[in-house]
Amino acid sequence: MKIQMNKQVLIGLISVFLGLVAGAILMAFTGNNPFLGFTYLFRGGLMNIGRIGDTLSTATTLILTGLSVAFAFRTGLFNIGASGQMLFGGLCATAVGLSLDAPRAIVLIVAVLAAFIGGGLWALVPGLLKARFNVHEVVSTIMMNWIAYWTIYYTVPAFFKGAYDTESRAISKAASLRSPWLTDLFNDSSINLGLFLALIAVIAIAVILNRTVLGFELKAAGYNRFSAEYAGMKVNRNIVLSMVIAGALAGLAGATFYIGYANTMKIGVLPSYGFDGIAVALLGANSPYGVLVSAIFFGILHSGKGFMNAMTSIPPEIGDTIIATIIYFAATSVLIERAIDSIRKKIKGGK
Amino acid sequence: MWEIISKIFPYAIAFTIPLLITSLGGLFSERSGVVNIGLEGLMVVGSFTSAYVISILQPIMPEGAIWIGLLAAMVIGAMFSLLHAFASINLNANQVISGTAINMIAGALTVFIARTITGSGNIHITSGLTRFNIPLLSKIPLVGKLFFTQTYASTWLVLLILLGSWFLIYKTAFGLRLRACGEHPHAADAAGVNVYFIRYMGVMFSGAFAGLGGAVILVTYSGEFNGSVAGLGFLALASLIFGQWKPLGILGATFFFGFASTLANVSQVVPAFKVIPGIILKVFPYVVTLIALIIFSKSSQAPKAAGEPFEHGKR
Repeated sequence: MKIQMNKQVLIGLISVFLGLVAGAILMAFTGNNPFLGFTYLFRGGLMNIGRIGDTLSTATTLILTGLSVAFAFRTGLFNIGASGQMLFGGLCATAVGLSLDAPRAIVLIVAVLAAFIGGGLWALVPGLLKARFNVHEVVSTIMMNWIAYWTIYYTVPAFFKGAYDTESRAISKAASLRSPWLTDLFNDSSINLGLFLALIAVIAIAVILNRTVLGFELKAAGYNRFSAEYAGMKVNRNIVLSMVIAGALAGLAGATFYIGYANTMKIGVLPSYGFDGIAVALLGANSPYGVLVSAIFFGILHSGKGFMNAMTSIPPEIGDTIIATIIYFAATSVLIERAIDSIRKKIKGGK
Repeated sequence: MWEIISKIFPYAIAFTIPLLITSLGGLFSERSGVVNIGLEGLMVVGSFTSAYVISILQPIMPEGAIWIGLLAAMVIGAMFSLLHAFASINLNANQVISGTAINMIAGALTVFIARTITGSGNIHITSGLTRFNIPLLSKIPLVGKLFFTQTYASTWLVLLILLGSWFLIYKTAFGLRLRACGEHPHAADAAGVNVYFIRYMGVMFSGAFAGLGGAVILVTYSGEFNGSVAGLGFLALASLIFGQWKPLGILGATFFFGFASTLANVSQVVPAFKVIPGIILKVFPYVVTLIALIIFSKSSQAPKAAGEPFEHGKR
């Protein structure tokens, strides 16, 4: 088992390396210096305490969407709908933030709970469809993504219209997850209390998966649905539960993004964090702590690309291209695995 | 009422056609046994390719530029889809992950290149296809007004491809093999069919058609590449399911969805439609697809082996 884990880590690292190489080739191809590009990319993410704060705030949302995808994966479900769950969770949090008039602590707790429940409800539909009618969750979560997209598109201007038609009113400072002491500590960056939520979620999911009966049952359903059923586990109930927990995590991601990182909801955007979450989960080998590490890595890429764009002529989309390439290499990890095996054989044969 | 319908009909058709051709591409891929949720990304690639080619050629040869652009979109779309084909056919990769990667690579890479070339993420073309009336046919009462006035040449091209595809899938040896690979790849293999080859063809068809779909959007109603096709690729996927993986089924489904989306778009301007809230028309295709999935869950016509990797030695 230990050797296998190491191999997983190795495959992850090689995927990242190949993704970065692809990025370097692109930079060179468009007449830029890749070394300079990467220097600015990583400096942009880590150069000073403020930028580290921005990196962590991006990572916060990625940790939660990554956890969402990873948790569903462990149960044998593919949650491609984290974006939609995040949007709806964000809408719930924003609605609370804009309309609840109460002390700060209560507003924040209710907003976060609303996002948690909203995301969970959004995932309840695919969960039920899967358990009851065996509708594939990939298709149903994609549909739910676009239903969320259009729901936000019409509800935000109708109920929470702000300065423009395309965004909501800004939530007040009291209803934001940004906290003065944290903002000051990290030199006016976008870091917010969501980070602690994300860390708690990582630990909670790790405990659920590794230390509880529920986690065992969920993983058993993921390995082999039929043998789990034969062993007397309520697989259908577990599918629904797993989907709802995954959705709730993505809903939390929505809270950290829309009332933490940002203070308005823009319409007409399906957040890419949901899809980046797939990359985070894959790279983190679907383990909670792996998700934590890979989310921070992607956070650096995300927050460093703007600085790189300002200092060089490399378009910021290079960051997204690198992330997408890493997913592709992670998906085709068979190739990497074969390469590792043949190299190992050669080394052994040489002795 | 009649006047309004006949007025929005050309828009509904213009909106339907890119959906139809992309969905048809998805049909080829899924019927061969490869799930392709990268249709969205492949459309973006087609939109980018055609925008780039047309914007370069238009000053030199205003007549043929658009058609060369459409052709280029198909070729590059097919080549780009090879990434997905290689991952899912040769490497037994998770096809959903690979498809997601295609969507993300396409969205990021095309804007990256566009920015490098033009400085902004957008590429404009000076003019698209012009609408025209079909002589004689447009004079037919009712039908003529709806279907044969204000049409784009690309619409007829796509309908021709649909007809050809129907023939290819149901009336030729290739079509039989394609369907067999999506249902029972091992039986097809035992009968001497090269499953890998057929699946490659299926995926490349989907790349070419989705590329054409993205390009048609550009040359008909958008006129500008901006790095996204606003979820139309996923709508095409929904149409594929709602049309139950059949060419005529997806014709009906895409027209249905295209008409609903157009109604939603014009409902702001046309007072008669204000009674139906836009949100209902917009989420309608997705909700209908979910309901269709429930209804068909017992008797789904989905290709049985779609999404399953084929290994030659495995029985």
